[in-house]
Amino acid sequence: MSTLPPESAGTPRGVPAGHRGPTPSEGEHLAELLRRSARGDQAAFAELYDATSKRVFGLALRVVRDPAQAEEVAQEAFLEVWRTSARFDGDRGSALSWLMTLCHRKAVDRVRSAEASTRRDTSYHQQNQPVDHDVTADAVQASLEAQRVRKALDGLTVVQREAIELAYFGGYTHTEVASILDLPVGTAKTRIRDGLIRLRDKMGVAS
Amino acid sequence: MNVDIHALSGAYAVDAVDDLERARFERHLADCAECRAEVTSLRAAAGLLAESSATTPPASLREAVLAEVATTRPLPPVVAAAAERGRSTRRRFPALVAAAAALIVVGGVGATVWHPWTDDAPGSDQATEQTYTADVGSATVTVVRSGDQATVSTKGMPAAPAGKKYELWLVHDDRYVHAGEMTGDASQVLLEGDAATANAVGITLEDVDGPPEPDLDNVIGTVDLEQA
Repeated sequence: MSTLPPESAGTPRGVPAGHRGPTPSEGEHLAELLRRSARGDQAAFAELYDATSKRVFGLALRVVRDPAQAEEVAQEAFLEVWRTSARFDGDRGSALSWLMTLCHRKAVDRVRSAEASTRRDTSYHQQNQPVDHDVTADAVQASLEAQRVRKALDGLTVVQREAIELAYFGGYTHTEVASILDLPVGTAKTRIRDGLIRLRDKMGVAS
Repeated sequence: MNVDIHALSGAYAVDAVDDLERARFERHLADCAECRAEVTSLRAAAGLLAESSATTPPASLREAVLAEVATTRPLPPVVAAAAERGRSTRRRFPALVAAAAALIVVGGVGATVWHPWTDDAPGSDQATEQTYTADVGSATVTVVRSGDQATVSTKGMPAAPAGKKYELWLVHDDRYVHAGEMTGDASQVLLEGDAATANAVGITLEDVDGPPEPDLDNVIGTVDLEQA
């Protein structure tokens, strides 16, 4: 993980963080930019890029680890956002969530295909210690949003956090997570779900 | 609600599933509004985790993305069949050189005589299933029509070359109305639009990012829906 300074990721428009993720006004703004992109508005898309590229690239980097590959993943993700912008449905989640979901899937596909064999050879502890917070501690300070996320993460049990970390940032399947953590198959998926539900409720994401 | 599969919602939301589990869960999602809502909310929560990882990308990424965007057309929205019918009048094309119902084969596939056959006598109830098959090169294309709906299945259809896809069209006299697409062998692709009044189903080979009009120089074949 890089030691680059954090982004004021949650509030690029200068709106103080509300209680539910990206502020409603940011969410609406991003959705509007997506709608304009769907009509072929490249300036709107450039604005969308500027508002989200740090989060998208950061997520790709966190999952694939290699900066060059992270760049490719982010590029693929943004192109897909552009191509499929007309298919974004605001009734089924926020624009940011749609974008991050798309990027995450691309990143996970990348690590599972090309990089899979070598990456899997390295032990979990070599790659993941320390789990979660400490990895991101350098990036947590400035953003209110990030602080809120961290607080929510603190509300999870250690084992929930560990399972979510491996699944979301590690790109492992729940079966692999179970194996890494020496859990019976089926336990990891429960932890991931319970942890995400708790995270959702603590962060006030509408369910 | 299936309790077992419901428990997979979290893993699915963060892509912590293998391909089989994903396919299985997505089939379940189609029928389970509760799971759909849960996945949406869990994805939103997971997406916020990335707030802590925000990292400034190299400037080259912005240039690369915007350059690519400038030469890429956004895909059309997914529209319901009814909307597609209303839209079909806007998808007008110059009259086909050859009669639409006739077989057109180009691109080295080789002309073939269609052998459509039907289960039913012509003029029978529209809702009755009618099946038409035809050979396209080494592939067999089957169209099953029932009322205003039709599906296309293929056997032995080669995968579309990189950057290309097959587009499916319902041919109404001189008009090709977009009805679906596929990238290779496909099973029961449900066509959008009104198949009841179509004369034929056409298949063209198109650029993945090509315009929404059919490339009539690349018609792989048409299946006549009027012969019986």
